[in-house]
Amino acid sequence: MTEKLIDIKGLTVVYDTKVVLEDANFSLFENDFVGVIGPNGGGKTTLLKAILGLVKPVSGEIIFSEKLGNKGGDIGYLPQVNKFDSRFPISVFEVILSGLTDQKNWFRSVSKQDKEKVDAIIDELGIRKIAKKSIGELSGGQMQRAFLGRALVSDPKLLVLDEPDTYVDNQFEGELYRKLVELNRQMAILLVSHDVGTISTYVKSIACVNRHLHYHPSNIISQDQLASYNCPIQMITHGSVPHTVLETHHHSASK
Amino acid sequence: MLELIQYDFFANAILAALLASICCGIIGTYIVARRMVFVGGGVTHASFGGIGIAYYLGLNPIIGAAVFSILSAFGINYFTQRGNVRQDSSIAIWWSLGMAIGIVFIAITPGYAPNLMSFLFGSILAITNIDLIFMGVLSVLVLLLFLLFFRLIVAISFDEEFARARNLPVTFFNYLLMALSALVIVASIRISGVILVLSLLTIPQSTANLFSKKFGTIMMLSIVIGFVGMITGLIFSYYTDLPSGATIILILTAFFGLGKLISWLKTIGLKSR
Repeated sequence: MTEKLIDIKGLTVVYDTKVVLEDANFSLFENDFVGVIGPNGGGKTTLLKAILGLVKPVSGEIIFSEKLGNKGGDIGYLPQVNKFDSRFPISVFEVILSGLTDQKNWFRSVSKQDKEKVDAIIDELGIRKIAKKSIGELSGGQMQRAFLGRALVSDPKLLVLDEPDTYVDNQFEGELYRKLVELNRQMAILLVSHDVGTISTYVKSIACVNRHLHYHPSNIISQDQLASYNCPIQMITHGSVPHTVLETHHHSASK
Repeated sequence: MLELIQYDFFANAILAALLASICCGIIGTYIVARRMVFVGGGVTHASFGGIGIAYYLGLNPIIGAAVFSILSAFGINYFTQRGNVRQDSSIAIWWSLGMAIGIVFIAITPGYAPNLMSFLFGSILAITNIDLIFMGVLSVLVLLLFLLFFRLIVAISFDEEFARARNLPVTFFNYLLMALSALVIVASIRISGVILVLSLLTIPQSTANLFSKKFGTIMMLSIVIGFVGMITGLIFSYYTDLPSGATIILILTAFFGLGKLISWLKTIGLKSR
């Protein structure tokens, strides 16, 4: 039986005076692969940040399964890449290693097991060549791989990604999504994206966030449905049928 | 040159340079990596308010400066996070407020303030035993903190939000490191003065950064560069009879220029290969 990892009940988040999320209800189960879509400023990132404990809701609650550790501390997180200081003196290896630092070990020195775990992830993601480079020397796609490594190195049961498809080329985008489908066998995934057309091929279900949250238990969604969810976003389809994405798990890159 | 070391004041100056380069090398790398250099500038100048009040009350100016530097560091942070003031404006407010308080209290202190210049421009040769003890304790604290919690400090500095998501003690360490940075700045005021102290925390780091892109390596290189620069500046100032603080800064900047030249020649060498 698949277990519920996260249960969000009546979540409301307010910045200053602006209501960003209102009465959002949402459950996330093991094996889920949910695409979170919605207009800019609609609250997608806020939803992620609430789950990660980075913003405090004014009302509502988020209940974590024990599998996600203490207060969801065992969630792998890949933030938006544009907020990094790319001149920070840190190597790819150290970036990934920082993904292992948590409440239980921050006061300890780095163990041999920690280093082995980092090495294993580096090999898994095929980034051995750039492991010693500092992050400022990387391309967009390489940087995303390094940050994906940081998110994965702690063996999380849930992986949360915030627009991993910005600043990367189409080839990397396709690789990334195929990797996520593979990872989805071991962990639940919550993926924020502005590109509904592309992600709907890979995700299993869709959450539309525009102040309110509408859960759509399928990866097939039409423009009409989006409109009824009050989710005014432009559908960019890459298939032959305009305005509607009909493909299910069709994994060959459609661009 | 050997006869120089026989003088107590010179031996003290060398010890001060060593302790300051340890403190500044480590804390400076942290400040530069987090782009907090101008918070440091605000703290430095704000601490002058404490120096003024200590003068007025007849206390050791270092105590006044220490209290004011920590207050202003937390104040800058508080204004920015809670008071809805932009960070650069917040820095400017504390920067000038501290200086103003210092000027007012020195004005109302009867008599002439003879050591005032040494606080503005530094005087490593006039360093006292109390200064040395203060710097020694601080060096041990900074060294211990960075040795024990290196991975945490790097993780927080690089990506505070990610560290929070992993439930790391981000706020506590932010304030702890801010307080330590403020104290390191105060301790270093003795060497190069309020006006020049920022350079001790940035020029060695920038020079080290030319040759390494790793936090730990930059820290260690900065300590070495800072120490060699301070000693060279000290000896140079002794023989030329120039102010020691300013001479140290000029030497450190010359090191940076030299480093830049070397790294430039290296890239040319690599290209022509």
